Amino acid sequence: MKRIVENKHPLAIRWFHWINFPVLAVMIWSGLLIYWAYHPYKIQVGDTVLVRFFPDWFFNALKLRKRLAEGMSWHFVFMWVFTINGLLYVAYTWISGEWRYLVPDRDSFKEAWLVLLHDLGIRKMAPLQTKYNAAQKIAYSAIIVMGIGSLLTGLAIYKPTQFWWVTWLFGGYQLARIIHFALTIGYVLFFVVHIAQVIRAGWNNFQSMVTGFDVIDYGKPKQP
Amino acid sequence: MESLNNPDDQSSKPEELTIDQQIRRRTIKAFALFGAASLVPFGVWTWLRAEPKANGLPKTFRAVLGGNEAIANLFLSHRHLAPTFPISEAAKQVRVNGSDGMRGAFDPLTWQLKVEQLAADGPKREFTLLLEDIKALPKYEQVFEFKCIEGWSQVQHWGGARFSDFVEKYGVGTRSGQSAVSADDWYKYVGMETPNGGYYVGIDMESALHPQTLLAYEMNGQPLTNPHGAPLRLIIPVKYGVKNLKRIGRIFFTDNRPRDFWHERGYDYSVGL
Repeated sequence: MKRIVENKHPLAIRWFHWINFPVLAVMIWSGLLIYWAYHPYKIQVGDTVLVRFFPDWFFNALKLRKRLAEGMSWHFVFMWVFTINGLLYVAYTWISGEWRYLVPDRDSFKEAWLVLLHDLGIRKMAPLQTKYNAAQKIAYSAIIVMGIGSLLTGLAIYKPTQFWWVTWLFGGYQLARIIHFALTIGYVLFFVVHIAQVIRAGWNNFQSMVTGFDVIDYGKPKQP
Repeated sequence: MESLNNPDDQSSKPEELTIDQQIRRRTIKAFALFGAASLVPFGVWTWLRAEPKANGLPKTFRAVLGGNEAIANLFLSHRHLAPTFPISEAAKQVRVNGSDGMRGAFDPLTWQLKVEQLAADGPKREFTLLLEDIKALPKYEQVFEFKCIEGWSQVQHWGGARFSDFVEKYGVGTRSGQSAVSADDWYKYVGMETPNGGYYVGIDMESALHPQTLLAYEMNGQPLTNPHGAPLRLIIPVKYGVKNLKRIGRIFFTDNRPRDFWHERGYDYSVGL
């Protein structure tokens, strides 16, 4: 016996989510076109370079060279779509009360650890959850904070004279650029984990982000 | 759901559908809708690539970038200054990053600055100045973070005359040919070119009159060297480096947007900071 649980993901949230996907992709791609023009960042311990952002083969493979003007144009057009979609999402979650499922509370950080242990197969039981588990709450809230961080550091490097105080707040022009870049790396890491978790959770979880409803199957014993 | 309006059609009444059928129908419907929506980005991509270009960019992009410029101009203020630094923080090795418009023979000793007002109505005014004339204006030293459109930046120390003092002294930049009688009296743009015309920029008057905009003849307390634009160059902290034209040969004032070297090559016109 199956049961349809309505409104797991409200229509608005599904749209915000799926609109963000190509828009963020365009922002990251055009950001790389811009970054190529000055690409000094690396992670280094002593004299050993652990990660170089990015090696030549990366720039070559994605054809990122000598396209600064093109990158800037895409970035400064689609920044509006990214911003407006993000603001609408935040406004919607706020007004609809959906934020209650999303914002972590006092216990979330401890629970998120237990979720992690469970997901890694170390612990049998996952903590009880509502719509999202504690790790999801933290991840989905952090990504919004990161989005706000991208907008502000973006402004700090876009108009560092008119908004010099924003630039100052992020520790100066070059540090703001580094943070802007690091946040983007954060999105990519989020994406990798997100995709892995979606695959792990299976079809029913995925389809609910499109259809909006959840299906509970009583036919088989429900996993705790 | 149409079947709700048709009581005779017993077979498709919603309550007759099994849960599995309902799930199937609604899933197909939702995926079809979102799948169709996913064609939109592809459509946008195809459309943008097919669109006629204006100065290297799709026209739609130019329109949005023009809007960005208009919004940025709302915030542009002569009271918003680029942060300054103590002289001790200025780079000793100042980065050289462009020589467009500076190739070929050039004799700084015979150099003169040509100044023109290109009025649509009224007589065209034209005169030349020597470096001494610029040096006769009050001198300002400025240590600020020079920002290249490529993304790098460097704290640099420049010295020269304020552009606003220059226009005031020589009665240029205004239609009335004297100190601006009103905000409308200013021409909309300043154009600058290297002596051989190989590099050229256009700057909105508001940015040109910004108190930190200098006609610079010194770097680190020394006369400009050739690679840095001797004998006279523009230093304009409210713009990216590309607008900081080296070796100024000609300055002109106009209401029509002057041509701009990098704008013709796909960059934003204003590139304001």
